Amino acid sequence: MQNKNVKKSKTLGGIKVIEYCQMVSGPFCGKQLADMGATVIKIEPPDLGDAARKIGPFPEDIPNAEKSGLFIYLNSNKFGITLDLCKPEGVKIFKKLVMEADILIEDRSPGDMEKKGIDYKELKTINPRLIHASITNFGNSGHYKDYKAYQLNIAHVSGQGYLLPMPSPHLDRPPVKPGGNISDYDSGLVGFLAVLAALYRMRISGKGQFIDLSRQEALMSMQRVESVTYANDNFIVSRKGRIRPMPGGIMQCKDGHVVSIAPQEHQWEALMKLMGNPEWSKKDWCRDLQTRAENAQELTKLISAWMKNHTKEEIFRKGQALSCPISPLQTTEDVMNSRQLNETGFFVETDHPKAGKLKMPFVPYRFSKTPCKLERSAPLLGEHNKKVFCDDLGYNGKELVKLRQSGII
Amino acid sequence: MNNGPLDGVIITEFTSAWAGPYATLLLAFLGAQVIKVESQKRLDHSRKLSFSTGKIFKGEDRSSVFNNLNLNKHGVRLNLSKPKAIEIAKKLVSKSDAVMENMRPGVMQRLGLGYEALYQVKPDIIYLSSSACGQKGPDNKYVGYAPTFASLGGASFITGYEDWPPSNFTGSIDLRSGATAASAILAALLYHQQTGEGQYIDMASQETIAVLIGEILLDYVMNNKIRMRKGNRDDFMAPHNCYKCCGDDKWISIAVATDSEWHSLCRVMEKPELAECDKFSDVFSRFKNQKEIDEIIGNWTINYDYYELTEKLQKEHVAATPSLSSKGLFNDPHINSRNVYDQVEHPFIGKDWVLTPPWKFSDTPAKIRRHAPLFGEHNEFIFCGLLDMTKDEIKELEKEQVIY
Repeated sequence: MQNKNVKKSKTLGGIKVIEYCQMVSGPFCGKQLADMGATVIKIEPPDLGDAARKIGPFPEDIPNAEKSGLFIYLNSNKFGITLDLCKPEGVKIFKKLVMEADILIEDRSPGDMEKKGIDYKELKTINPRLIHASITNFGNSGHYKDYKAYQLNIAHVSGQGYLLPMPSPHLDRPPVKPGGNISDYDSGLVGFLAVLAALYRMRISGKGQFIDLSRQEALMSMQRVESVTYANDNFIVSRKGRIRPMPGGIMQCKDGHVVSIAPQEHQWEALMKLMGNPEWSKKDWCRDLQTRAENAQELTKLISAWMKNHTKEEIFRKGQALSCPISPLQTTEDVMNSRQLNETGFFVETDHPKAGKLKMPFVPYRFSKTPCKLERSAPLLGEHNKKVFCDDLGYNGKELVKLRQSGII
Repeated sequence: MNNGPLDGVIITEFTSAWAGPYATLLLAFLGAQVIKVESQKRLDHSRKLSFSTGKIFKGEDRSSVFNNLNLNKHGVRLNLSKPKAIEIAKKLVSKSDAVMENMRPGVMQRLGLGYEALYQVKPDIIYLSSSACGQKGPDNKYVGYAPTFASLGGASFITGYEDWPPSNFTGSIDLRSGATAASAILAALLYHQQTGEGQYIDMASQETIAVLIGEILLDYVMNNKIRMRKGNRDDFMAPHNCYKCCGDDKWISIAVATDSEWHSLCRVMEKPELAECDKFSDVFSRFKNQKEIDEIIGNWTINYDYYELTEKLQKEHVAATPSLSSKGLFNDPHINSRNVYDQVEHPFIGKDWVLTPPWKFSDTPAKIRRHAPLFGEHNEFIFCGLLDMTKDEIKELEKEQVIY
């Protein structure tokens, strides 16, 4: 009965997920499942924990495995256990967990799961309904399968880096990766889609399956349009900027930067109106998209000159009131203080036992019937060992102590 | 039957540009039948213009951008300014599992196609609205494109060189928003599968970007720190950058985390003395002196081909990859062995290169089944086949510019 209620209030209520992942991509995949109400059990190696625990931000910049902002953000709403999968007893317990699960997400290198005796071929014999998503840098086949790569390398080998920064002042300066960990999040997002689709199918067919997700391909998929320009048009898009320039783009204003884009006629008119319809805007060079493109550089200079005398807030509010697609380049401070984001419930407060109360971004969608909720803060290392091993798997207190002493959990 | 994971699901979309069409493209890859509603009155600009190459397409059926973003879909034409078209759209919805739209907030309601109206037609419909800032709140009417989503979501400000203005983004921002929308629809489909209930989903593009920088926002929350740009640099690792190789705009990315990777890199560079040098002996000193390291590496890479170096470094377990352009990707042996590119036969464009779906399923593969719909290509197929209209009715409605 209670179980039914859970299902009624949560989008993914009743779905069990095992996450055997570190850092960003896998955990972001698991986070989206957890925020929608799935029960996500995160496996961390004993003692060390997820490597993200070592990465900041930390309160007052003091490193502490239980206070990492990266870990807290990506692992809220999950249950956390420790388990050493290099030990046979650990593998045995892992299989028990998998037997009860709908989804396994793991981010081990190609071949590693097989070595441990827990590859899909093995796992599907104990749970044919299992959906096993493998997240690797280059996929489970091909020339680069065993290449070593960090996020920087994947960002560049997928074509994301080659297009940034947009625009670059000189081509003798290097292409750059997207800021922060955006590229790693991309893989988590693409993987999330795949497990949901496989789950939809599994409920009909009763059959699980294996999903081979390559980070390189996940990142590349975000440049779906730019990636084919050479093949189709013999044209290479680069960070040099737009081939058909439009006046505007990123411009300095009085207290920061703004970005403007006005591909439609009424939007251009709105931009000119914002600036008080200057004399130069009535001349022939502003006639249409074509003439504006031909004079983009000069026109951008004139627009920029106006922007420099106005604040980003003023430009944003007045411009948008005229239906002009224009916005400030928000810093993290601006994002956290954004009135829109604060009023629409984008932020939640987590009360973390070690890091304290923290305001965090949550999810980008509001479901009318099954809204996402923050139910628990990110797990401390091994926080749910007792719950999972004793309550769920039936080990008794003595056995738990033994497992701990032998370093398995 | 197409054997995709979403085989049997029907989705009607009222979207244009990149973000909306990409959301339903992903669902169409997964086997859903997607019906795209368009009209001459509100022509999707990606049928006319490529934002990435600047190319302007003649007619409505020659855009490879549109093809790439609308594969597998069925296309019908309905002029939504006509009441009769609204009635037909409602009939489509009554046959659908989900609806997606990305018009300015308020427009669908004004047309009589808001959630409340469609709920009357199909009480268990899943309905997702994608907008710049969301349907509610003080900024709900604000308009935007990828560059404004990226800037409001905080991604632009932290991307780029330290000594240069923030970076704009290309279409990837739209596609991130689209992928997020697809995931929300999928989750709602799963909920419907168990409960038989639909629901409304309000998704904001600026938020789909802001969630991708969560920990950086937390740095402000924890420490009042405003993150700036830092090019390719990392918080700990060094070297961690892109270095110029020989050839036109060819670069290699190299990242070193451990002492042993550093020693390997020195060996490959044939500079064993660097491995002994105190200035670079541990993570902290390498991080502190990375400018100097960057110069040394840059002076070395410039003489080599980026693939040759990648192979040399990978052999010694140093993380290195070329920074690939659309040409580099297209010619890359690994990408090709993974069948990432495929050619689709299009009646007007001819053979058109597109990307295959980004996942490999072992049992129910996501697939490209056909080219994007020509403008109104499936009027008859959908209106007669799904809605039981007659060919004469269609002709009449065309005359009345309802099917337009």
